[in-house]
Parts: sequence; structure tokens; C-alpha cells
Amino acid sequence: MPELTYREALREALREEMQRDDRVILMGEEVGSFGGSYKVSQGLVEEFGDRRIIDTPIAEEGIIGAGIGAAMTGLRPVCEIMTINFLLVGIDQLVNNAAKIPYMFNGHARVPLVVRTPSGAGHQLSCQHSQVLEVWCAYVPGMYVVAPGTPADAKGMLKTAIRDDNPILFVENVLLYNESGEVPAGEHLVPLGQAVVRRKGSDVTLVTYSRMVGVTLQAAERLAGDGIDAEVVDLRSLRPLDIETVLGSVRKTNRAAFVEEGWRSYGVGAEIAAQIQELAFDDLDHPVERIAGKEVPLPYATNLEAAATPSVDGIVERVTGMVEGRRPVAASA
Amino acid sequence: MVQQAEKTATKGGRPRIHESADELRHAHYLMVMIRRFEEKAFEMYTRAKIGGYCHLNIGEEAAVVGAVMPMRENDWIISYYREHGHILARGTEPAAVMAELYGRETGVAGGRGGSMHLFDAERRFLGGYGIVGGQMPLAIGTGLSSKYRQTDEVTLCFTADGATNIGSFHESMNMIGLWKLPVVMYLVNNQYGMGMAVARASAITDLWRKADGYGIPSERVDGMDFFAVKRAMEQARERAARGDGPSLVESNTYRYRGHSVADAGRSYRTAEEIQEWRERDPIGQFEKVVLEAGLLSEDDFHENELAADRVVGEAVEFADQSPQPALDTLYEHLYVADS
Repeated sequence: MPELTYREALREALREEMQRDDRVILMGEEVGSFGGSYKVSQGLVEEFGDRRIIDTPIAEEGIIGAGIGAAMTGLRPVCEIMTINFLLVGIDQLVNNAAKIPYMFNGHARVPLVVRTPSGAGHQLSCQHSQVLEVWCAYVPGMYVVAPGTPADAKGMLKTAIRDDNPILFVENVLLYNESGEVPAGEHLVPLGQAVVRRKGSDVTLVTYSRMVGVTLQAAERLAGDGIDAEVVDLRSLRPLDIETVLGSVRKTNRAAFVEEGWRSYGVGAEIAAQIQELAFDDLDHPVERIAGKEVPLPYATNLEAAATPSVDGIVERVTGMVEGRRPVAASA
Repeated sequence: MVQQAEKTATKGGRPRIHESADELRHAHYLMVMIRRFEEKAFEMYTRAKIGGYCHLNIGEEAAVVGAVMPMRENDWIISYYREHGHILARGTEPAAVMAELYGRETGVAGGRGGSMHLFDAERRFLGGYGIVGGQMPLAIGTGLSSKYRQTDEVTLCFTADGATNIGSFHESMNMIGLWKLPVVMYLVNNQYGMGMAVARASAITDLWRKADGYGIPSERVDGMDFFAVKRAMEQARERAARGDGPSLVESNTYRYRGHSVADAGRSYRTAEEIQEWRERDPIGQFEKVVLEAGLLSEDDFHENELAADRVVGEAVEFADQSPQPALDTLYEHLYVADS
């Protein structure tokens, strides 16, 4: 199986879907001759022309709104928002229009739109460019929010998302773009809304998604060296949410922690913990824990940045505590 | 204060009237029917048959019908939340619109949208939207799509004075102007964004001039004059369909009632001002012009009034008798399944 980076896998998905369906277009800031801010669309304007690879002004509300209008009238647009931080200036279109239109108009309109955007910290991008905000959109019924954590999923889920008739926020990750992995060539479709067990284990379930999948798997290997056998579940999709896969694992291990790059309060882990205790309370031997980013804007200095971001060490320490029966402490500590 | 239109649609040698008697009869019917519909909506709101917000087009009938009539069947219309008249002018069944206001399953949106979110896929009426300016970016996409699919479709995008101060207006105007999209931006200036007079909210009061910043030709017309509106919109539509790009038409008009039914519309306007506008009533003006031209008679007007009363009466009856949506449909259409 060919090895591709996460970036190349996304590009392959875009290329294949554009070759397959003339209704698919890509628009966003610098997606054309610049090749995309993170070079995902490099070479595509040469192949498909500027009719289908459309450079836009810096206008996120305009970009997403244009995607919605085009989607309602027969196209299947992919909009690239340069980073999820910039989604905030266009989020009205996503939340008030894209997520509402099919329902509010009683199924008389469809919005087959994919909004792609990278989330998470880079290297010292500091407070305004390092946020993990997909949970804001996962809160909203009416759209899907998916976040592949491997190159194979990046390709397979993007292809599925482009063929889906619902509005989808497709969350990439700044630090994953250079990560390599095996990616099936050609028609490779990964269904949305299906979690996957990345590592089998019997002592504790670690649920996570996106970049933290890799970090958590590393932590699991370290834990194995200490005699702790962790199962790692990659959610892949925040909405629709596959809670059954999570519950199946928890019923086996009787302990669960959620690992996320974003903030702990009101985060994805808060939702997962709530559902686990609602649906598998009797299976738990320990409170469901959340291992997450520290609740500060992400600072610039390398040591502060590292201290605020979930790490292999941090996960190992906390999970060891769980297995030894040490109770969690408050978030700010 | 009443603003006078500096530019009128009678300039540039536009013919004053070119419509046939049948077309005029239909235009008159639509204006009268919209007014009756809105009066009835007001009444039914006060009787608690209609809930939520309810924004009426009373006073804006010429501005509405004159803008919608020139549009072809394959054109798209995008609107905002004061849109009862917009969809009625497009030809949607008044009964289905009233039923939507009542929140009934027979409504145009099955009782999910209400007054602000009317929709008619068959007539390419792509909805009323409730966030000021939020409908405008959609017109970038419909225009882009029409051009991409190599059609001669035009998008008519309704917007209004209050929206010219929000970011989405400027992002949309820039992208529509930049890409020369087949869009007619139709700016209904009814002089107030809720209770804020245009001069208190906008740095310039010649709102049509805001299009200059985006290379989009624009003009202001007297929105109380059906013919002025229709002539300008015919030209703007034609221009877009020809591939010559977008235009903006500002229509100077007035809502006789408040911002919504819940607002009496008197705390920020004087009785004299309202009266001044009423004296230029769009339906009255239209009747005077076509009577003088000998194109329609008082009998024609009377017939239309009777027909409008009947249709609106039937719409209320239909809405009253329609059931509320079934509870087991609560989750329907949230997502498209099995796509």
C-alpha cells in the first residue's frame, strides 16, 4: 500500500472526486496558484483550472455563504477555511444557514457542502492561531463534524464527505499534514460516524480523535511497558457520534479517559464522559477522566506552549493514576 | 424625514408603460392581494393565530411586485425576513404561505420555518433568512453556480437598508462585483432598521452609492412607483442575463406599520411622516396612472379587490383547518439520509 502524508492523502481525495464529478469545486483563500496555505491543493489549479479551483478574497463569511448558495443550486463545493480560527468570522453562515436550511425548509433544500479547515496548535503560532474550536460546531444539530486522525482516514473520509448531501465541517490538523501513513490507492471510502479501535487493551479505554490519536497511541505503548494495557478508540467523527464503540470498550475495561487537544471545560470529553456515565454507569470502576489542553490561550514561548498541550508524559502519568485508583483533581490544578 | 429620490427610473428614455392590460391587471391584483394578506396576517397575529416575529410588507407593495415580476421562471430569488409579499409575488399559493404563518403541516415549510423562513423550491424561491445580511453571501454562490453551469439564470437578492452596514453586505458585494456574477442586488430602503433611521445608522444615506466601492452599477428608484421599480429591474435583469454582470437597485419605500407586528412604529416616527408616505401610496399611484392611461378601469380594480379578499379568506380558512405537524416528524429533514 502506498505511503502518503496526510496532506497528500487529502489532495488525492480532492483530485479523485473532482475527476469523478464535475459539480465538485474547491474555493478558498490561496487554494489556487499559491497551492493552499498548507499546500493541500498544490497542483490542482494546474490540473482543473481556475474555473474549478477558485481563489477567493479574504472573506470567510463570503466563502462559506458562496458554498451554501452553490450547493443549493446544483454544485458540490468544498470550501477551504485557512485555519479554524478564521472560521469564527464566517461561522454565522455555517450555523445559521448551512445547518438550518434542510430542516427549516422542510427538506425542500439540500446543502451538500464540505468546509475543510485545520484545527489545533502548530509550532509557536500563539494565541490567535492555535485553537481547537470544532466542538463549537459539533454542538449544532444539522451539520456533521468529522476529524480524521490518519492519512488513510483523511482520504477516505474526505471522499465520503464530498459525496454526502449534508453540510459537513471537515476538521484537519496543522501538525498532522506532514505525518505519513499507508493510504489505499483509488476508491477508498470511510463512512462518517464510525469510531474505530486503534489499539486493543483490557485495563483502560482512552478515547480521542485527530492529532491526539497518535499522541495517545504513543502513551499506550509506554503504559504497556509499565504493565498497563490501554485500548485506544479514535472517534473520527464528533457528529454523528458513534458512542456504541466507546461503550463497548468501556464495558470491557471499566475505566475511561478522554484525550483532547482542546480545552477541558465544555469540551468533547465533557460530552463523552456524560454519555458514558448515562449509558454505562454500572460498568465503571473509576470516574471518567478528561486529559485536555490547559485552559489558557496558547502562549508563544516553547516551554509554555508545551506545558499547555496534552503530552505523552501527561497521559501516561494520569492513566497510571487511574489504574492505581487515584482520583482526578480539578481542571485548574 | 422623507427622502426624495434623486434618481428616478423615468430617466434615460425608459418607456413609462409597456405592459399589456392583462399584465397590469395581474400586477394590480398582486399588490392588492399582498396588502390584504398582510392586513389579515396582522389581524391573525393579534388573535394569537400567528406567533414569533411577523414583519409586514404593507406600503412596500410596488417595491415588491415591481421587483419580482421581471424575473424569469429559471431565475433564483433569495430574500430576508420581511418576505411574505416576495413569495406571494413569485406565485406561491397564499394558502400555503398563511398555513406556514400558522405553523401548520400544510405550510410552505411544513411549519418548521414560520414567517421569516418561507421557501418554494418549485419557483426557485430560495428562502427567507432571519439574520440581517445573512442571505447575501448565498447570492455569491447562486450567481457562481449559474455561471459555472453556463445558464442564463439570474439571482434576485433582496436586501435592505439595515443590512448595508453589516460585514456580509460588503463581502458579498465585493465578490459579486469581482467575479461579475449574474446577480441583481435589490435594496429595499424602507427608511428604518427597526427604529433606527438610515441617517442614524449609515455614514452615507445614498445607499445605492455603496455599490461604487465594488464596481457595481447602481441607481435609486422611487419604490412607491411600480413602473419606476419594474423598469429598473428589467434593465438590471437583462444586463445580468446578457453576461454584463451585477447591478444594485435601491428602492426608496416605506412600511406603514412597525418593524414587526409587535412594534407600533410610532415611537421613532411622526404621524406626519407616515401620512406623507401614505399620500404616495403605491397602489393608489398605480391605479391613478393606469386609469389616466385608459388601460384599466375602476371595475378591474374592484374585481381584483374581491378576488384578493376571497383568496385571503380562503387562505385563512385553509390554515385554520390544517393540522399542526405530527409530533413524530420532529427530527425529519435534519439530515439527508443515505446520500
